[in-house]
Amino acid sequence: MFKNCTAKYNQFISGINDSVIITYPADENGMSKTLCVPMDEENTHYAEILKQVQEGTLTIQDAD
Amino acid sequence: MSKAAELANLIGNINAGGGGVNRNLIINGAMNVAERGTSATGLGGSDGYFTCDRWATFFNSSGRLTSTQDSSAPSGFAKSLKLACTTADTSVASGEYFFLSQRIEGQKVQAFAKGTSDAKPFAVSFYVKGNASATYVAELFDSDNSRQISKTFTVGTDWARVELSFPADTTGAFNYDNGRSLDLTIWLHAGSDYTSGTLNSSAWASSTNANRAVGGSSFFDSTDRTFFLTGVQLEVGQNPTDFEHINSFGEELAMCKRYYQKLTDSYAQHGQICNGHMANSTQFQGVIRFVPQMRAAPSLSHTTTSSNNSSSAYYVATGGANDYVDALAFYNSNQVTTLLYSTSGSSATEGEGANLAVQSTITEFAAVSEL
Repeated sequence: MFKNCTAKYNQFISGINDSVIITYPADENGMSKTLCVPMDEENTHYAEILKQVQEGTLTIQDAD
Repeated sequence: MSKAAELANLIGNINAGGGGVNRNLIINGAMNVAERGTSATGLGGSDGYFTCDRWATFFNSSGRLTSTQDSSAPSGFAKSLKLACTTADTSVASGEYFFLSQRIEGQKVQAFAKGTSDAKPFAVSFYVKGNASATYVAELFDSDNSRQISKTFTVGTDWARVELSFPADTTGAFNYDNGRSLDLTIWLHAGSDYTSGTLNSSAWASSTNANRAVGGSSFFDSTDRTFFLTGVQLEVGQNPTDFEHINSFGEELAMCKRYYQKLTDSYAQHGQICNGHMANSTQFQGVIRFVPQMRAAPSLSHTTTSSNNSSSAYYVATGGANDYVDALAFYNSNQVTTLLYSTSGSSATEGEGANLAVQSTITEFAAVSEL
């Protein structure tokens, strides 16, 4: 689902990861599809992120 | 179907625990709602929802296709989902697949009493056509218990109604929750991993991949290939009945919005998204309420840029000036509300009222809580 995407933790309150930002490759105009995924296992995007991390096909970068 | 036959089927289903109004468990079975857009091209590289709401496509093939909400439809319908092959894949590797699914929440399928001695049968019906004759496979998949059953059906060049009856299953109850429990899947392409066994068509069984899609044609065998689908119905009972049309478009749209909500009606410049305020000189914050309540805490799916200037995707209007914003995020997202805030961009005065809108034409700004 997140082939060729980057993943990065996001923090609204400094020091607390609350979501994962998934960024798809940009198109020829520099525009990308981006997902802000809450860290809630009922969210199927987050469930897929956890699955891909476990399988080693996705790495989540630390928040800025 | 004659009126007498329809009445007999309804009575039969009522006796089996189904029938009546709201009997169709499929959302957007008539393909009337397409919040994401009416056409998507080059599909096949990744799974997802692309045109008609609630209908997901899953791929593992080099074949590619265009998905369209189409105006071709049988009598009594206005729309269909059209899939058109644009890149063929005639060398089918063992693990390949392409299927179309609607995933249904567990709390919606309790009437089947699956996993009990009172279990009820499943009746599936839909309308199909294609560019030429073909055989595909319809599957019911119980994802709570990894059990399934499949049946083949044929497609011709004219619209035809397909009626399939699946038996009750006294093994494996559906969870009563908002998670994925039952998939109605149409297999359109499958490698030997899914076709090398014997089609499991007479009784529910633990899922064995080799028995799931036996006997189906390949949608990707030619760039001439098309597949049209509409009028999909899943109901409790042993006899498929006439398609149950939803009273209004708004009612159908509301059911779809439990899983996907556009947060602005216009993706062009000045499409309004949200009122809010500047929490500090650089961060816009606004609250969004989801109507209706969503299935689960949603993701924000949106178009972003890296420009941070007048080519940015969004702008925040404050005090007569526009500040440009490239990326946004949800905080404390839940089924009812979320805080929407900018993660880059603007420079304004803390405390000012502000509204967020589209600057450069985008392709999506939506809350997503699909299964």
